[in-house]
Amino acid sequence: MDFLKTTVKDLHQELVNKSLSVADLTQATLDHIKATDDRYEAFITLMETNALEQAKKIDQAGVSSAQMLAGIPFGIKDNMVTKGVQTTAASRMLHDFKPIYDATVLERLSQAGAIGVGKLNMDEFAMGSTTETSYYKQTKNAWDQTKIPGGSSGGSAVSVAAGQVPFALGSDTGGSIRQPAAFNGVVGLKPTYGRVSRWGLIAFASSLDQIGPITRTVEDNALVLNAIAGYDARDQTSSKQTVPDFTANLTGNIKGMKIAIPKEYFGDGVDPKVVSVVKAGIAQLEALGAHVEEVSLPHTKYGVAAYYILGSSEASSNLQRFDGIRYGFRAENVQTLEDLYVQTRSQGFGDEVKRRIMLGTYSLSAGSYDAYFKKAAQVRTLIADEFEQVFGQYDLIVAPTTPNIAYGFGENQDDPQVAYMNDALTIPVNLAGLPGMSINAGFIDGLPVGMQLIGNRFEEAKIYQAAYAFEQATRLFDKIPGGDQ
Amino acid sequence: MAISNFETTIGLEVHVELKTNSKAMSPSPVSYGAEPNLNTNVIDWGYPGVLPQANEGALEAGMMAALALNAEITPYLHWDRKNYFYPDNPKAYQVTQQFEPIAKNGWLEIEVNGEKKRVGITEMHVEEDAGKNTHADDGYSYVDLNRQGTPLIEIVGEPDLKTPDEAYAYLEALKEAIQFTGISDVKMEEGSMRVDANISIRPIGSKQHGTKIELKNLNSFNYVRKGLMFEEQRQAKLYLSGQTLKQQTRRYDESTGETILMRVKETADDYRYFPEPDLAPIHIDEAWIQRAQTKLPLAAGVRRAHYMNDLGLEPYDAEVLTQTLAMADFFDQTVELGADAKRAANYLIGDVNAFLNSKHQDLQETQLTPNNLANMINLIEDGTISTKMAKQVFKAITEGQEPVQYVEDHDLKQLSDPAILLPMINSVLDDNEQSVIDFLGGKERATKALIGPIMKMTKGNANPTVVNDLMHQALEARR
Repeated sequence: MDFLKTTVKDLHQELVNKSLSVADLTQATLDHIKATDDRYEAFITLMETNALEQAKKIDQAGVSSAQMLAGIPFGIKDNMVTKGVQTTAASRMLHDFKPIYDATVLERLSQAGAIGVGKLNMDEFAMGSTTETSYYKQTKNAWDQTKIPGGSSGGSAVSVAAGQVPFALGSDTGGSIRQPAAFNGVVGLKPTYGRVSRWGLIAFASSLDQIGPITRTVEDNALVLNAIAGYDARDQTSSKQTVPDFTANLTGNIKGMKIAIPKEYFGDGVDPKVVSVVKAGIAQLEALGAHVEEVSLPHTKYGVAAYYILGSSEASSNLQRFDGIRYGFRAENVQTLEDLYVQTRSQGFGDEVKRRIMLGTYSLSAGSYDAYFKKAAQVRTLIADEFEQVFGQYDLIVAPTTPNIAYGFGENQDDPQVAYMNDALTIPVNLAGLPGMSINAGFIDGLPVGMQLIGNRFEEAKIYQAAYAFEQATRLFDKIPGGDQ
Repeated sequence: MAISNFETTIGLEVHVELKTNSKAMSPSPVSYGAEPNLNTNVIDWGYPGVLPQANEGALEAGMMAALALNAEITPYLHWDRKNYFYPDNPKAYQVTQQFEPIAKNGWLEIEVNGEKKRVGITEMHVEEDAGKNTHADDGYSYVDLNRQGTPLIEIVGEPDLKTPDEAYAYLEALKEAIQFTGISDVKMEEGSMRVDANISIRPIGSKQHGTKIELKNLNSFNYVRKGLMFEEQRQAKLYLSGQTLKQQTRRYDESTGETILMRVKETADDYRYFPEPDLAPIHIDEAWIQRAQTKLPLAAGVRRAHYMNDLGLEPYDAEVLTQTLAMADFFDQTVELGADAKRAANYLIGDVNAFLNSKHQDLQETQLTPNNLANMINLIEDGTISTKMAKQVFKAITEGQEPVQYVEDHDLKQLSDPAILLPMINSVLDDNEQSVIDFLGGKERATKALIGPIMKMTKGNANPTVVNDLMHQALEARR
């Protein structure tokens, strides 16, 4: 089964009509992944037995027209714990780790009848924006296998863009869903912080992480968010806000919608070709009836610095539990307790993870806390306030998702700071806890360009409304990777 | 013994384990003495992907302690992480309240040698306990995470204490205050109350504080006092011999009565505190404080005043009855059920305490109930049973039996019916003419010889008061 031209909705119709059985769909999906993954290297682990067993059960029960996700296969970023199935977070530290429970999002998708078929490659512990920091493999961009897929949810974005699965889950700490979605021309949403439970997501930076769906179409994306959103008592940062039906606003009508264009997102460091594609996208929204005005978000430029301090600080604390004692990798031939810690972490963690742990440990240390962590927290408040002011007057903010299109492997490896700047346009959204989406706005040299739609807290519905109108008007998803082969 | 030319400064940090149903950050049960690692779950293990689930009951307990210790409750607070690696701490951080402790600026009153003094409490914070490591002879270390995540409050006292006796009095007062909130058992032997003491001495008149020594792992209030006394002497000796003290942590050795060096602190630990991002900030409003206030039992001092002023008990009795919250509550309920206060107090201080000591039990572990004790006392008061019979009834109520039913089943009623007693009395008078003559001649003592046979005839069941009254009537009738 190749999902390049098939949506969740199409598959749902076929399953309800019984023109396709869940077992056949699942088997075909697994076969297709096996046939294509040498090319993309998106999957770390296939969940063949689990998936086929579940498929059989759903076939027996039958798929009703109300169960939009029943029988639909999907991929899971490998930082969400899966009961009995290896969960690595792309780290040697968790090689062979088989969790004893399922993440809340997976429980909810299982409840909806969706079928997890495999675990997807990513940057180690979600740290990186190229999927090059994975201990396991190097995922390739769906459009050009000589280019990076983006990251950290590189495997998730590629698996959808390359037609291996109709949808995948990613996680986004500073742009990790939106940036690879942009590089692969798919729809990636980072929901409002607290909209989706983080229970079972192996933490990178707790105050920034959020799980979200990656799909080919906007409507599919809304269907998946419908299934995974909502309060979870096991995550006390999850919100009790009522969850609307996110498909309700998908009318194609955005007349009178007020859209803000932040000038800082189009400035220095953003590829002029990217600017022109996104500006054309904005013109399209205007043509559909939206009011567009330029605004200023002057604190944007401090976002990356604040993010690396806050994110790394939290990561340095969250990753201390990997000590080689209770689960995961343990260094051999150690003499003392301290030696066990040092050797396990030296061998178990990769360079990027170590870099961030050191940065975070330093930022939190007694002598540096006020100068770094505290300052960064203040910057975060300023950025959030700035957004709040804009949303007092506008429905949405539209900007490029990334400053560049996908680039070649290893290009930014020597200077991590350059790679860090790749997330400059997505990071402020995480710092402010807002929902943000990347959709395909067009192509440069055959590679997709992401357009980012940012909403006010808990206003994902408005993002979906505008994204859907744009998508229906442009039908860019008809252009598929490998089309030129 | 006072140390001449030096003055002592003591500050105590007390950890109190809370008696909540579940842990501070997970739904695992909290209980003492379970099989290792039985009361744990994925959260307690710091398993990947888990998140803390903060227990509101622990915060409420913190509020109750704050109210009992006259402290100000912080309206807006958040949890913080204290980072350190150790095998008994699986997340490698402890969730605590570093930046905004739940309460500040409290105080306690102590009395030493008839002098009253207020001791300040700097702050109180709620946090989670760590697990326990055991270093076994087989060369392995074993980790038990049952205690991991048990909620604690840490009560940081001001360095207002000037003598080991004041420290002792402070601990007693603190233990009583906390015990009468009902939030903890405050048992040192079970680790539900733990004390660290900081002590420094300086020459009288010196403006600068002396070097602080920390005493850890103190197992009783008495050892706290003895350890502090030893430290006063030791530090004074060092000063006098011209040596400089180093900041260090020491422990008290019970067998020698001395303190022993544990470690010298060269540098301060860097715990890299920061706000816990997995938990939302908390707002404690007036309504919540009110709810905590309503759950707060009456303080020991308030109860003692009530016992003496309203119930007419002696100060000693009031003191003994308020030694534990369980005893005071038991007494209050017994009196509320209509039992005579003095008699209830006597039973609790005498028979009940003796019973608890013989069984090595706490009141709440026994089958004794205020209802059964009150009913037994009422049976004594209305003459149904004698105090002698009550001994047997008391044994029965310690086994959970209902006294009225027990007395019924065992035919333990005192014989008080004149229709039965009077013929017996007259027959005894008939048989003891000389005693009758003696009595009528003015010898009151002569009744003794007459009452004995009645008690024998009734197998001791005759109500002595009634028999005495009837005997006098019968004798007068023969005058």
